[in-house]
Amino acid sequence: MNGSVRELLKAHEGLKHEVYLDIENSSMVPKEVVDVMLSYFNQKAYGNPTLTHKPGWEAFEAIMESAREIATFIGCKSLEEINFTPGETEANNLALLGSASHLKDRGREIVISEIEPLSVMHVAEMLGRHGFSVKKIPVDNEGFINLERLKEAVSRETVLVSLSSVNHEIGTIQPIKEAVEIVKDKNPQAIFHTDACDAYGKIPFNVQDLGVDLATISSYKILGPRGVGVLYVKEGVKVDRILEGQIGTQKLWPGVENTPLIVGFAKASELAFKNFKENVERMRALRDRLIDGTLTKISHTVLNGPGGEKRAPDNVNISFLGCEGEALTIELSLNGVYVSSGSACTRRVLQPSHVLVAIGRKYEEAHGSILMKVTRYHTNADIDYVLDVLPGAVERLRKIAGSMGVG
Amino acid sequence: MSRVPLPYSQKILELFRNPKNLGRMEDATVSAVAGNPACGDMITFYLKINDQDVIEKATFESYGCAANIATSSIVTEKVKGMKLEDAWKITWKEIAEEVGGLPAVKMHCGILAVGALKRAIREYYSKKGTLPTWLSPELTFEEKQALEEEELARILSKRLKTTEGT
Repeated sequence: MNGSVRELLKAHEGLKHEVYLDIENSSMVPKEVVDVMLSYFNQKAYGNPTLTHKPGWEAFEAIMESAREIATFIGCKSLEEINFTPGETEANNLALLGSASHLKDRGREIVISEIEPLSVMHVAEMLGRHGFSVKKIPVDNEGFINLERLKEAVSRETVLVSLSSVNHEIGTIQPIKEAVEIVKDKNPQAIFHTDACDAYGKIPFNVQDLGVDLATISSYKILGPRGVGVLYVKEGVKVDRILEGQIGTQKLWPGVENTPLIVGFAKASELAFKNFKENVERMRALRDRLIDGTLTKISHTVLNGPGGEKRAPDNVNISFLGCEGEALTIELSLNGVYVSSGSACTRRVLQPSHVLVAIGRKYEEAHGSILMKVTRYHTNADIDYVLDVLPGAVERLRKIAGSMGVG
Repeated sequence: MSRVPLPYSQKILELFRNPKNLGRMEDATVSAVAGNPACGDMITFYLKINDQDVIEKATFESYGCAANIATSSIVTEKVKGMKLEDAWKITWKEIAEEVGGLPAVKMHCGILAVGALKRAIREYYSKKGTLPTWLSPELTFEEKQALEEEELARILSKRLKTTEGT
């Protein structure tokens, strides 16, 4: 083991309690999901689903059954609309690059917002370097897309619009149905894609109600395993493959399917939707306990994104002024609270989150931001532990900043 | 928001948890700042210098990451009891080595810490009105880098403000 990592881990020994809230970047997988997956590694369905033998047919059935379940949860017409990919990043790449490739002779304009995840933002920018024009719709100070500007941006040349259903960093629930209507009204042929990874299992999400053509959902954000996601492709909508190889059951993604992960994704979906309303209520109560507790206990704090019903039930994003985010994540980790920060060090300066910049936060506000997501597995005791640890952590770092900080 | 957990050395972790010579010095002979809040890194150094040009005491304040806090702490420990002429010779590379190495993206923290030290020494002599022969009027590497980093952050925040309106 790397010596410095060993030391870092050693510094965490003897923690009384641990709370993992970095669901944005990865998640713990509940035992029920793991148990289901395990049997698919070595007991059944370990064959290639396109081959003609028993383990292959079992795998084929397991994949189709998983697709059928997920198709029901998002309101698909048929399970053919479900395309498994190795995750959110891959599904978003497929949606943007695959549509652009298929439609490049019809038009060269793409519309996204200023607060899309990097797997949309960077892919759109890449297309921008290859002859497409990319328009980014601004958002207000709570992260809501400006629908007027969307209307202006869509033209006959627009081939693709990609807007997230729920913002991944600040939890803003977007008016996707209205956005789809606006886009289709101006250009019925434009393809509408939504990254719904933070909507699936968190808010009601139905592809037919919304009228979207493409939608991305991912497994780990609902506590399934990492490494699997879905791109929903509406019947009749064409997307080109972006990778080539042997085609199995998934016509948009070549290679042998990962049956245990697909089954795990379906199981995690089943658990998220089993008591959907209660799960959401539970998350919302934990979220508000964490938000209210933090803003009350700690001065010079700002909630990023909207509150109440307009915010995803799991999302907490707070800026701690006078604290640098990365130092705060380390300090919290040493106390058993695992979160992530909105800023990343580049070689020269700290790069603030593009989402926080887009909602008008100043650099110093963005640098001190912490993102936390609660799950139905968290308890009030977990949140109270975080609320016990946070004030001391923030205070220590503010003390180090001394006269340069906020006092 | 994907963050790389940088493999911080044991020394950095130790100094992050227990920084030495922390806090504002009320009776400082001179102080200097490097970086600004927009960079995400900002350090203030306070030096108490006696009439033999020896640093009797050094303290710091840091608004920055763990590497920033650790490198600042180590600079204050290192210069204590040093003649200004010797303190002037400290390079950011030495500091990076002394904290057990810095990840590539954190090199600028070490540079900024030494930049602040050199600014303080230069400020001390410019207040005195006499530049010693060993102190070149030309900026050192660390002072230049600190200046560049501050300038870059200014440009970035300016660009931010102009794009907001479009």
